[in-house]
Amino acid sequence: MTPALELRGITKRFGRLTANEDVTLTLAQGEILALLGENGAGKTTLMNILFGHYMADSGTVRVFGQDLPPGQPRAAIDAGIGMVHQHFTLAENLSVLDNVILGSEPLTRLRSARAEATQKLVHLSRKFGLPVDPEARVARLSVGERQRVEILKALYRDARVLILDEPTAVLARPEAERLFQTLGDMTREGLSLVFISHKLHEVMAASHRVAVLRGGKLVAERKTTETGPEELAELMVGRRVNRPVRKAAAPGAPVLVADTVRVDVDGQTQLDGVSFTVHAGEILGIVGVSGNRQAVLGAVLSGLTQPSAGRLTLGGQDAAGLSPRDLIRAGVGRVPEDRHADGVVGDLPLWENAVLEHLGSGEFSRRGFVRPGACTAFAGDLIARYDVRGAAPDTRTRLLSGGNMQKLILGRVLAKKPRFLLANQPTRGLDEGAIAAVHAELLKARSEGAAILLISEELDEVIALSDRIQAIVKGRLSEPVAAEAADPQRLGLMMAGVWTEDAHAS
Amino acid sequence: MRLERRTDAPLHLLILAPLTAVAAALVLAAGLIAVAGVNPVSAYGEMLQGALGSRLAITEMLTRATPLVLTGLAAAVAFRARLWNIGGEGQFFVGALITAWFGHALALPGWAGVPVLMVAGMAAGAALLVGPTLLRLRFGVDEVVTTLLLNFIVILFVGLMIEGPLRDPLAFGWPQSVPVDGDLRLPDLVARTRLHIGLLFAILAAGLVWLILARTVFGTEARAAGLNASAAAFAGVSLPRTLLGVAVLSGALAGLAGSIEVMGVTASVTTTMSPGFGYAGIVVAMLAALHPAGVVAAAIFVATIFVGADAMSRATGVPSFIADVIVALCLLTMLVALLFTTHRIRR
Repeated sequence: MTPALELRGITKRFGRLTANEDVTLTLAQGEILALLGENGAGKTTLMNILFGHYMADSGTVRVFGQDLPPGQPRAAIDAGIGMVHQHFTLAENLSVLDNVILGSEPLTRLRSARAEATQKLVHLSRKFGLPVDPEARVARLSVGERQRVEILKALYRDARVLILDEPTAVLARPEAERLFQTLGDMTREGLSLVFISHKLHEVMAASHRVAVLRGGKLVAERKTTETGPEELAELMVGRRVNRPVRKAAAPGAPVLVADTVRVDVDGQTQLDGVSFTVHAGEILGIVGVSGNRQAVLGAVLSGLTQPSAGRLTLGGQDAAGLSPRDLIRAGVGRVPEDRHADGVVGDLPLWENAVLEHLGSGEFSRRGFVRPGACTAFAGDLIARYDVRGAAPDTRTRLLSGGNMQKLILGRVLAKKPRFLLANQPTRGLDEGAIAAVHAELLKARSEGAAILLISEELDEVIALSDRIQAIVKGRLSEPVAAEAADPQRLGLMMAGVWTEDAHAS
Repeated sequence: MRLERRTDAPLHLLILAPLTAVAAALVLAAGLIAVAGVNPVSAYGEMLQGALGSRLAITEMLTRATPLVLTGLAAAVAFRARLWNIGGEGQFFVGALITAWFGHALALPGWAGVPVLMVAGMAAGAALLVGPTLLRLRFGVDEVVTTLLLNFIVILFVGLMIEGPLRDPLAFGWPQSVPVDGDLRLPDLVARTRLHIGLLFAILAAGLVWLILARTVFGTEARAAGLNASAAAFAGVSLPRTLLGVAVLSGALAGLAGSIEVMGVTASVTTTMSPGFGYAGIVVAMLAALHPAGVVAAAIFVATIFVGADAMSRATGVPSFIADVIVALCLLTMLVALLFTTHRIRR
């Protein structure tokens, strides 16, 4: 049988960076191929070449035996390739049907054939087990449903090869398992799938075959049944990386206490009845699926949003209503969720970002004038102490890699010895080496007595670092469970909101 | 063909960008000059001759550059912080009006009067920009609209004043305001020309603005707020306070331009005293890539076009409005050129 997809000798360079080097890969018909690799390994670039978003410097793409003209997304779609992006590309104000047919109709036609389209959509949704209401407005759909719409959008365009980019990033565990089941059903209907991921257990659960990318090169291909998570981890990272291990320690006094905090944003209740206590020398993990208002919780503890009700105290003193600057002065360190949007000003040099939080203090300025000597000395110190690589104080911050940018942000916060540290998705998008470094710094701060609130979507991370864990679901927090009592199954259920039903049942 | 973001903007591109933009604008304008039936090469020759060809021409050009440096700085400071101050023209006029009024009504001695009038002009310009800034901060009103429309209101108000309370009774019905007292006129920089010491104030202002932006806490925070407002807010920068500070500085610079123009050149205010100094300041700032030192160079360039176009018009008959066309084209070509400093074309 002709392979569904053949990539031959694909090479793509961006300036000095080689994103893909001589990658050769085939996808058999009816197969699920997992493309595994760390962030920056070149997975997305490879798929963008396949889909015609980028042009390869060399190499060819064949779909069902036919050469694909490079750099033409239209040609890729016509050849039967569909792509489901990690970040959805749906128009929220339109209905499911509108979103599905958008762009697939000729512009010259005055009326759209909605009846036919509805019929086709309903047929597809039955055939592949993807239930949706064609008339529902996308804004009202859950993330799981939106993903189904994205998949249907591709199928509606007669895709026979489907590429899914990190499809589980936004799904709770039960939803993810359901997706894997659907993927299996789809291959039985004759579809071929490429499934991009950096999560080992998903790759093991969902794929037939695994291709591992590292540094832009294809380093290994394995049948899923003939490999295991340990081998794949080592192939992906290129060496054994041991994440640091938390040692049990007795926590100190409460530092940050939230008592039934409610937060309304534009008249809508975003957080409700949120209570937690973070003690000195303790990491409290808040785990949750993406989009369950972790961002609002982070904004409140960063001073960007004010609580509407409830009490928030820092070291026994009222901390509600403090501005970011007040919080910084009160000894709060904050690591933002999105390091590019909130963490650094990319176009400023590293040293200005290093001191921006403390610019008004006597250390870095005098009578309103910046002291460049003191600032660059501090920045140089951060670079050395927190191992920020490939950077000097006057490097434009935009040029740092994600991991090094995060080390800079963490360093500028930790250098001031905060008594409370908010770490919001501190390892998102980082490679294994950088994750281990960030974990080590968080544990070090904990052992030095900092009270740390860790907000994360990575179950493994929360279990590894936290002393106690609470789940966040739709802006509400579960009761805390001790790390020793938490296993992935129980936490998975908590993240799906099962504890709320428990509470009602008992 | 598509645009790809560059990882870094090399310095030679940043210097090349305005030069290329100017060259492209001149080529485009050459087409129009040809349509007017004149050889573009000789027309540009007349232009250069008229702006730089003699001692007098150069002093005229520098006289014209003086307010442009200040309005250019006003735009540069505001744009750096993403405060879109399009109201330089209005701020120029309120600065000019206050200066003429106070300079006539208050019997000030020269040594004290000049600084007092400058501060008054700056305060008036600042006040005119603080209003729209507050509206943006409080209600999210787009300052592009408010500052732009205020220009027309201010110019009509100036018209009202010089036809009414501030009318010069000795001007034989000519619509101009009362003049500032003679000892409040700025001394000449070059004898028997119109060039006055205001040019030195403008260059000094450029140095001060550079110092503020590059070396003060306020300037650093303003730049951070302009480049990434949410990261600046996260780091504890108060956006309202920073933007208001920027509004005061920007409005004051444009107001100072009006004040100096009255004390240095016109003595009284007319509604035609500005050939669009406020608007041209925007072009100056963009050509300078918002850098204070570049503002001085760009102001000299734009003044050369303005003064040279008058001479060209007299010699060749091409309407002097071509100056406005060239300056406007420069803005457009510079915007394109700036795109290429941050992006590259990929095939």
